[in-house]
Amino acid sequence: MSTVIVVTSGKGGVGKTTTSAAFATALALRGHSTVVVDFDVGLRNLDLIMGCERRVVYDFINVINEEGNLNQALIKDKRVENLYILPASQTRDKSALTQVGVTRVMEALKERFEYIVCDSPAGIEHGAQMAMYFADVALIVTNPEVSSVRDSDRIIGMLASKTLRAEQSLDPVKEHLIISRYVPGRVNKGDMLSADDVQDILAIPLLGVVPESDAVLKASNEGVPVTFQEDSDAGQAYHDITARFVGEDRPQRFIQEQKGFFSRLFHHP
Amino acid sequence: MSHKDTPPTQTAFNLKGSMLTIMVLQLHETNLAVISEQLRSKVAQAPGLFENTPLILDLSHLSDGQASLDWQALLDLFQAQGFLPIAYSGGSLHWRSQIQDLSLPWFNSPVQANKNATPTHIPAKIVQQPVRSGQQLVAEGDLIILSMVSPGAEVLAGGNIHVYGPLHGRALAGINGDEHARIFCQKLEAELVSVSGQYQIRDELDESWFGKAAQVYLEQDNLKIQSFGV
Repeated sequence: MSTVIVVTSGKGGVGKTTTSAAFATALALRGHSTVVVDFDVGLRNLDLIMGCERRVVYDFINVINEEGNLNQALIKDKRVENLYILPASQTRDKSALTQVGVTRVMEALKERFEYIVCDSPAGIEHGAQMAMYFADVALIVTNPEVSSVRDSDRIIGMLASKTLRAEQSLDPVKEHLIISRYVPGRVNKGDMLSADDVQDILAIPLLGVVPESDAVLKASNEGVPVTFQEDSDAGQAYHDITARFVGEDRPQRFIQEQKGFFSRLFHHP
Repeated sequence: MSHKDTPPTQTAFNLKGSMLTIMVLQLHETNLAVISEQLRSKVAQAPGLFENTPLILDLSHLSDGQASLDWQALLDLFQAQGFLPIAYSGGSLHWRSQIQDLSLPWFNSPVQANKNATPTHIPAKIVQQPVRSGQQLVAEGDLIILSMVSPGAEVLAGGNIHVYGPLHGRALAGINGDEHARIFCQKLEAELVSVSGQYQIRDELDESWFGKAAQVYLEQDNLKIQSFGV
């Protein structure tokens, strides 16, 4: 039994691709056979974040158009077992994602993988709708600011109406909230929405908070998912998120301000 | 002639559409003698009641097979009893062509007596899920939302709107003109509230109601907000 997970947000630049890469990598590191699929046709980025951009020969659209088969398009990750990437096409646009074609590819992926992570493009148009259409679970990535929260609200509304589960009146898509680029210090100063504020507005369960981190920029520049930086706060946050996703109980470590070295020294005996 | 007595800005008249109650006589018979006799006995029951009463003749109950009659004589008959026939309505082409010569106005639609029409109850629409940004919910009657209405969402109802979660979006009650419709919410933080076309946007809302349980209703064409609570 495989699970289709869409990583979506509505707004661009909030960390969908970073989350897709880090989350899929963390699932694979836990031993789950996982594929991460780039739905951002025409603005292909996932291959860069995953560090496999030089190995792309066939892509998702080639498979849809039957110009190549799935095995030719799937790229095996070199660092971790059980992890594959299905890159998007850079030369086409979202209209190439035909319903029939995507259905066929998703069915084939379901036979092979335990988790299928779909990296959605920004927006609410065809590309985003195709990315969410087959989802069993949605990870809603939101930054703690009002425009991002509102766009996420819009996307959550679409998950309840524009998915296969909604059309067939099955159990609704299970929604999880991930708040990324979180800065507890700025929340305390009142400059940033708190995790509670965001949850109040969106009314879906919080899977985890990813702190604003230099490690994320470094990770995307180097093409190494941040999950591999085990000592970084963002890396640890994604490990926590993935652990919670598969049912483990982990405390929320990144909502409160991390104590600096000196305050830790003086306040803890 | 000088018109200087008349202020130049004064409006000479207003044109307005309006609904009037008017007596309708449904004609079932074309025999003048029968009509005359029954009319006389009807008027005899209440002498003077029908004096100068405007009347519309409804021909929709006449069938083409019935015998013709002298329409001018019929009108004279009504006038003799105090009625003022002002127009006729309904009727097939057969009857209308006969009455055309009388230069009496004709109403296109047959006059509906509407006696049998009972007020129909429209069941309320009940929504359990949050209404998300970009979603629009429309209910013909009452709309009951057990969850929240997000910013950028819009809920509309012909009747009342009840919101049991926070109301962040837009709520429009009485969209078909019901001035008695109201909006009830547990936490008023709306972008816009409207009853029967009268609306207020967030900026115009009295801050003191913000975030409180409140109802929105019309009082003499003015939108009122009143808190309620336990």
